[in-house]
Amino acid sequence: MLVNQIAVFLENRKGRLHALLGALSDAGVNVESLNIADTKDFGIVRLVTDDNDKAESALAAAGFTTARGNLVGIEVPDKPGSLTATLGKLSEEGVNLEYVYSYSRSGGKALILFKTDDVARAEALLK
Amino acid sequence: MSKVKDYIYRPEFECMTRSEMENLQSERLRKTVELVYNNCKPYRAKMDEAKLKPSDIKSVSDLCKLPFTVKHDLREAYPFGFYSAPQRDIVEIHASSGTTGKLTVVGYTQNDIDVWAEVAARGLAMAGVTKDSIVHVAYGYGLFTGGLGAHYAAQRIGASTVPASAGNTIRQLTLLRDFGATHLCCTPSYAIYLGTEIQKAGMNIEDFSLVGGAFGAEPWTYQMRDELERLLHIDALDIYGLSEISGPGVAMECMQKHGSHVQEDHFIPEVIDPETLEPLPFGSEGELVFTTITKTGQPLIRYRTRDLCTLTSGKCACGRTTVKMSKVKGRSDDMLIIRGVNVFPSQIESVLMNINEIVGSHYQIIVDRAGNLDTMEIQVELAPHAFSDEVKDVESIRRRIEHDMMGNLGVGAKITLVSPDSLPLSEGKTVRIIDKRKI
Repeated sequence: MLVNQIAVFLENRKGRLHALLGALSDAGVNVESLNIADTKDFGIVRLVTDDNDKAESALAAAGFTTARGNLVGIEVPDKPGSLTATLGKLSEEGVNLEYVYSYSRSGGKALILFKTDDVARAEALLK
Repeated sequence: MSKVKDYIYRPEFECMTRSEMENLQSERLRKTVELVYNNCKPYRAKMDEAKLKPSDIKSVSDLCKLPFTVKHDLREAYPFGFYSAPQRDIVEIHASSGTTGKLTVVGYTQNDIDVWAEVAARGLAMAGVTKDSIVHVAYGYGLFTGGLGAHYAAQRIGASTVPASAGNTIRQLTLLRDFGATHLCCTPSYAIYLGTEIQKAGMNIEDFSLVGGAFGAEPWTYQMRDELERLLHIDALDIYGLSEISGPGVAMECMQKHGSHVQEDHFIPEVIDPETLEPLPFGSEGELVFTTITKTGQPLIRYRTRDLCTLTSGKCACGRTTVKMSKVKGRSDDMLIIRGVNVFPSQIESVLMNINEIVGSHYQIIVDRAGNLDTMEIQVELAPHAFSDEVKDVESIRRRIEHDMMGNLGVGAKITLVSPDSLPLSEGKTVRIIDKRKI
């Protein structure tokens, strides 16, 4: 399945992440997943929310730069080795992953989100 | 107790009486005005516009009638339009950064190189350089005049010259120690850096033979001198110059360590009010202006240096009678000096304006000193369309700006990307420079 993500540019300054989350909670947006890729100088916050359109406009109003994009999401059993097997298929077929992150869900399943430049092939392989 | 023995290299000029000096300056000024009027188109145009003929300039007291020359004039004539000599007589070309990335070019005849070597040699004599000295030159060699200026000076005296050029600190220290250098020439901040690295490199200052040095190309304080002298166990003297006039050696501090003697039989100094452009009396702080009176390649008339300082006259305790300039106290424009390299905010802006992924007109420059080395950070606003969810994309924008900046400025700057509209505005005009250095 495809999961829509909002990426947010985060300056490496005190209080920026707090301001970002504040903008979302003020707009009544629920964050379902949050992941931060950080470098020495800046960070990129990757969010999945219950209403990305609303989230994006709230962030824009608060002065944040955002970029929307789709990730491939796949549910895997929450046990050792299951992600290895899934990613193995992609690797064998030469599908590159730009980044991967996950969040655990109740019910014994984990949702894995990953970014690839070949969404169609990745989806087909994982079906 | 000082280790350096200051001696007067050319007493017949450096110890002239005021009237002797003014007579000599007047004679040389007349020749120079004649030369530029007949051979340099921009000067003929300037003088025609001011309704001046060479015959109107009879003595130094007529100097104030002549129009000023500014860096912009040199840029307009890029590259060789300010020559007063035919190309075939030019033997060396130097260049420094201009305000918009275009270089300011200076052509030297053999006569000009000789003048430069002469004045810079007088300077090194103040630091006690003799035929027996070993002079280690750690200024960059190249279009920048620092390296070759110090080199010519040391060779003129007949000292052993080590053209180490800039960079590679461990090698510098090894050469300094093993060759037994007596004198060091480089920027004061680099000299302090070398001093602080000696211990880290597991070396001992007692194993060095240094006694003195000439340090310039950037402003420095008396506190920095104290630190430099303490670290390297030397007498540290200030050398002043700018490529447009002649490179290092236009003025140099004697062992009194209180002001730099201007080689005024070659360069007539004036201090003017940068607003009204009126000449100011001795003792007043203003913008330093030079007229070259012995150069033949690219003589300059009343060239505005943009450096702010004070001139004083009178016999110095060292015996010299030449006019002294105080340490440079600032600039009358927005030029920054970063690790000895001249940088104009307008140059930075022209680099940024060529990069689509950022809002080029919004930027902020933060200059600081880490230890004793200058640092420059340029904060720029990332354009919303250029933002991506992938670190490598954003990072590549940042690196490309750093690369372009290095190529254009000749000195590294750290680029920090910030959100659009996040840089502070004041009264509608961006505050572009924050200089945290205390000079």
